[in-house]
Amino acid sequence: MGEGENLMGKIHSHEITPEHIYFSRRKFIAGMGALVAGTILSSACRPQKITPEGTGFCAGAAASASTDELGAKLTPCNDVINYNNFYEFSFDKEDVGDAAKNFKTSPWTVTVGGMVNKPRTFDIDELVRRFSPEERIYRMRCVEAWSMVIPWLGFPLGKLLKEVEPQSRAKYVRFETLYNPEQMPGQKIDLLAWPYVEGLRLDEAMYNLTILSTGLYGKPLPAQNGAPVRLVLPWKYGFKNIKSIVKIDLVEEMPVSTWAVAQPQEYGFYANVNPEVDHPRWSQASERRIGELARAKTLMLNGYGNEVAQLYTGMDLTKFY
Amino acid sequence: MQKTIAITLRILLHAGALSPLLLLIWDFTQGGLTANPIREIQLRTGRYTLLLLTLTLACTPVYNFTGFRQALALRRPMGLYAFAYASLHLLNLVGLDYGFDFALLWEDIAEKRYIIAGFAAFLILLALAVTSTKGWVRRLGRNWQRLHWLIYVAGILAVLHYLWQIKIAISAPFIYGIIVLVLLLLRVPAVSRVTMKYFKRKEGR
Ligand code: HEM
Repeated sequence: MGEGENLMGKIHSHEITPEHIYFSRRKFIAGMGALVAGTILSSACRPQKITPEGTGFCAGAAASASTDELGAKLTPCNDVINYNNFYEFSFDKEDVGDAAKNFKTSPWTVTVGGMVNKPRTFDIDELVRRFSPEERIYRMRCVEAWSMVIPWLGFPLGKLLKEVEPQSRAKYVRFETLYNPEQMPGQKIDLLAWPYVEGLRLDEAMYNLTILSTGLYGKPLPAQNGAPVRLVLPWKYGFKNIKSIVKIDLVEEMPVSTWAVAQPQEYGFYANVNPEVDHPRWSQASERRIGELARAKTLMLNGYGNEVAQLYTGMDLTKFY
Repeated sequence: MQKTIAITLRILLHAGALSPLLLLIWDFTQGGLTANPIREIQLRTGRYTLLLLTLTLACTPVYNFTGFRQALALRRPMGLYAFAYASLHLLNLVGLDYGFDFALLWEDIAEKRYIIAGFAAFLILLALAVTSTKGWVRRLGRNWQRLHWLIYVAGILAVLHYLWQIKIAISAPFIYGIIVLVLLLLRVPAVSRVTMKYFKRKEGR
């Protein structure tokens, strides 16, 4: 017998399933059928979540409207605070809240410097007092093809930047998250280059829709959502919205963001929501709104094209993705 | 004695293979599938498929090492369970996620290499499930074995499917990759002859 014969040759008697263990396919198929039917039926009468709305952080959650300007419903508070990508705490979206529950956000300072005339360090309480956050209801589109509608509390980043007086050489803004592996255990794992870094072009940063957020649903930000202060730009993929910021610098060169370091072909600097620019893994043409079953088509610039398309006139957004 | 072992194994197999599904259904009804249940179903069914597929591949080497004949009887039902979970995995994507909107589905997933690998693995499992009956074993003769070697290809494709979709270098797909390669290596004739000999010497045969 040759090698090949041995490998795939005749069926040895011991390889045939003995009769008494013989597995009834008919029963098996019937069983699977019943289970699938059961799944479909149970979905029809799906009850409320285990952690009901209105406990813990979400007790007294408040928003001025129940939809965004396009009529899309706000994502339930409970989903907003229990489904988070924040690798500094955990790779598991559901575990972030727990892993972050002892995160110390006070005292906290944000140092603003680089190419500015008046570099300054702001205390977080001072930021809130000085710039009085207002509500902004924004859609947030994650690059993983899910999205939420969130009532943030925040103030335009531009207001802060004007106070420090950017110099004319400054072209970009670079942001940095806190680096503290004791408090942020994910930073002990070298899968990304910590601390997290993000960047914007200066005109994007100065644009009125760009906010520094300090709260959501009428309350101070929970740790898992980026306490005490984070960036929010609704027309870019979620990962641009850097969390727990300690440092903001005005710079001349385009900053390299953390995800672009990790996977340069997948994550560009601009990261504008764009259904025409494909990602090797996730669909960018459609998205799943958290809390809803059906998929929706993803809108160019996440539906903020009327406001922000002018920032990119003359640019090929499939090239500068 | 043989019979008790066989029955116990059978019960363990069904309980083991069906409990993740029951848990999935339970969590679904209780809202315990994260804020994004469709994705959670996709991930969980994918993980079960890969686990069952790997266990199926392990049956023959276990027999070769230990001479535990019952292990061979587990291959077919485990393979079929792997196929069943793969079907749910696909059904979840096409039905629950995309609501059978094939145009949208195509627009979203065509040309994604991880999808191509996953789909190829699924087609192999489908072919193996269809030809898993006694009638097909008889009809195909020795070609049946040749065909069913494709399960290793399915295993490798499934690992690629997993590897190509991860966002950062988590360990699970690499661990599965190593296990599948080792299991394949153990079936290479030169290697399996050694393992068989080792077992026979131990048995004093
Ligand atoms: C034998 C066949 C298959 C196996 C073993 C398998 C296995 C897996 C595994 C292990 C995961 C990742 C789970 C995790 O991240 O924890 C996954 C995810 C996924 N699979 Fe499969 N799969 C198979 C076939 C398919 C097919 C045929 C499709 C679609 C045509 C598919 C689509 C997906 C999708 C969309 C995801 C989720 C990706 C994401 O959201 O990140 N899979 N699969």
